[in-house]
Amino acid sequence: MSVNAKDLQKGRNDPLWVRTTVISISVAFVALMLVLPLGVIFYEAFRKGLSAYLKAFQDRNAVRAITMTCLAAGIAVPLNLVFGIAASWAIAKFDFRGKGLLIALIDLPFAISPVISGLIYILVFGMQGWFGKWLEAHGIQIIFAVPGIILATIFVTFPFVARELIPLMQEQGSEEEWAAISLGANGWQTFWRVTLPNIKWGVLYGVLLCNARAMGEFGAVSVVSSNIRGGTNTLPLHIDALYNDYNSVAAFAMASILALLGVVTLVGKSLLERKLEQESISSLESKTTEVS
Amino acid sequence: MSIEIKNISKTFGSFTALKDISLKIENGELISLLGPSGSGKTTLLRVIAGMESPDPNPDSQVLFFGEDVARRPVGDRKVGFVFQHYALFKHMSVFENIAFGLRVRPRSQRPAESAIRDKVHSLLNLIQLEGFGNRFPKQLSGGQRQRVALARALAIEPQVLLLDEPFGALDAKVRKGLRDWLRSLHDELNTTTILVTHDQEEALEVSDRVVVMNQAKIEQVGAPDDVFHHPASEFVIDFLGNVNVFHGRVNQGQPVLENIQVGGSSETIPDSEKANVYVRPNDISIDRTPTGKSNMAATVTRINRAGVQAKISLELSSKEEIRVDVSMEQLQELHLQLGDSVFVHPNKARVFVPDFTI
Repeated sequence: MSVNAKDLQKGRNDPLWVRTTVISISVAFVALMLVLPLGVIFYEAFRKGLSAYLKAFQDRNAVRAITMTCLAAGIAVPLNLVFGIAASWAIAKFDFRGKGLLIALIDLPFAISPVISGLIYILVFGMQGWFGKWLEAHGIQIIFAVPGIILATIFVTFPFVARELIPLMQEQGSEEEWAAISLGANGWQTFWRVTLPNIKWGVLYGVLLCNARAMGEFGAVSVVSSNIRGGTNTLPLHIDALYNDYNSVAAFAMASILALLGVVTLVGKSLLERKLEQESISSLESKTTEVS
Repeated sequence: MSIEIKNISKTFGSFTALKDISLKIENGELISLLGPSGSGKTTLLRVIAGMESPDPNPDSQVLFFGEDVARRPVGDRKVGFVFQHYALFKHMSVFENIAFGLRVRPRSQRPAESAIRDKVHSLLNLIQLEGFGNRFPKQLSGGQRQRVALARALAIEPQVLLLDEPFGALDAKVRKGLRDWLRSLHDELNTTTILVTHDQEEALEVSDRVVVMNQAKIEQVGAPDDVFHHPASEFVIDFLGNVNVFHGRVNQGQPVLENIQVGGSSETIPDSEKANVYVRPNDISIDRTPTGKSNMAATVTRINRAGVQAKISLELSSKEEIRVDVSMEQLQELHLQLGDSVFVHPNKARVFVPDFTI
């Protein structure tokens, strides 16, 4: 409270022209770089009317692309959710050798270009790759097929849940878990009744970001999919293909779905951020000295 | 329940938290583990609870009623553990917090809903928080939270109550009130209680016995008056309350400071050129004029009248700072002023000769 009041005071002391300039620059930049392009998507999508817009969704390839995207996200997000919770649990509640390395590795997909992520899967599972011969002999196709797309999606969305939960769980410590265990709860009960309720908003936040990325991923998926229309194309790849065919209404109609997803994610994210703030405040509060 | 710890050591990497600790705790006893931070007291408590496993050693044992529980997991030890920062379940009401230990029992041992309700209400009654069942932990004060944590631990009817600096996060007045309440609760419930604290006043006031710990080892175990009046080591005398340290020597079995003899030491001490002489602030007398006894000249540098006794700081001719406690009546009689030259005389001392302590 006192900090806010102080900041406010500070702002008031700046001359009017400084304030107006700074605010105008930010607003103009956001409008030009973010709001305008977003508007263009919807403008272009509806340029030839609602029927043309809806027609874009009746295309067999479009339906397939949407299904592919949902499938990839539907598999990648739950897997990364389970992994993310397990990894952050391990990192926050236990001490073990190689912990630093694990934390660094979780961040790897953030650090390298998505194209590389796609390429490494080709090198491992592709025809000329390490396991290529073996996979071919057993009739399993990973690259240029659905499994490859799912693998690439898992790879790029790997860090989201864990990154969100590690600091939250570290801050909360493991005293509540110890309390539960000393009261006779088993590991499963402790997780469901104590740990999960404490991190639920953080989990949702991570899932939201993870899902947005899973559905929107282009680079890594593009490399492993080989753009087979009506086959391995996901929504972002389909949009790219339509645009290259000069079918801009259909391209923007498809893009509007992803844009909507983005807006929903943004709103959800702000709501969750507020909840998260309360979560960490209450965990801090319970640790500070009480005067009563 | 009687608890016996035998030859327990615990290291974390290169840090030794416990070094060959053995201790027997009697049934129904309230015992304090007292020591500065890093002395190993919390680690010892966690070893008893089963939250830390001691270093593997064939001789080491943790016995509950003579039965080795070293392999028994925390949940099966029936210990009630209370944490310094309460560790209440934030998202559960006070009622659900207290009921937790009963609700997580396997179905066959779980009490009926009505029995759980009765149990929780009787515990709320015990901690004097009737009507608070629907509140959430963040709506309670620190003292109330710690009482809820205690009720939660008592709900499982533990054989032993383990308290890890339970009042450490509370302010002085609440702490004192809870301390007395804990003592009467302990007597009423007739449990065995182990209290970890770094507050010597707390330990000396509530415990049946005090275990003074320092640097992973037990320095002394004894009744409060025993450890206070007969400290076994320099660490113990220094840790339990204020004390003045003089560097003197031992001559003919008596401690000598600046050529004056200090009385009161009944033990026989071998003569030594170097000795540390400890004198409590209320074991020093102040006189206006030199008395028959040999005295040390000193100058008054500070008088603090806030308290039952006046605390007087003096500077000796050797530039050493000492503290003397006198009663208010004495202070009145002496008419002490800042800068006054007086004579002080230690009446009772504890002497520790390096490499030979008595």
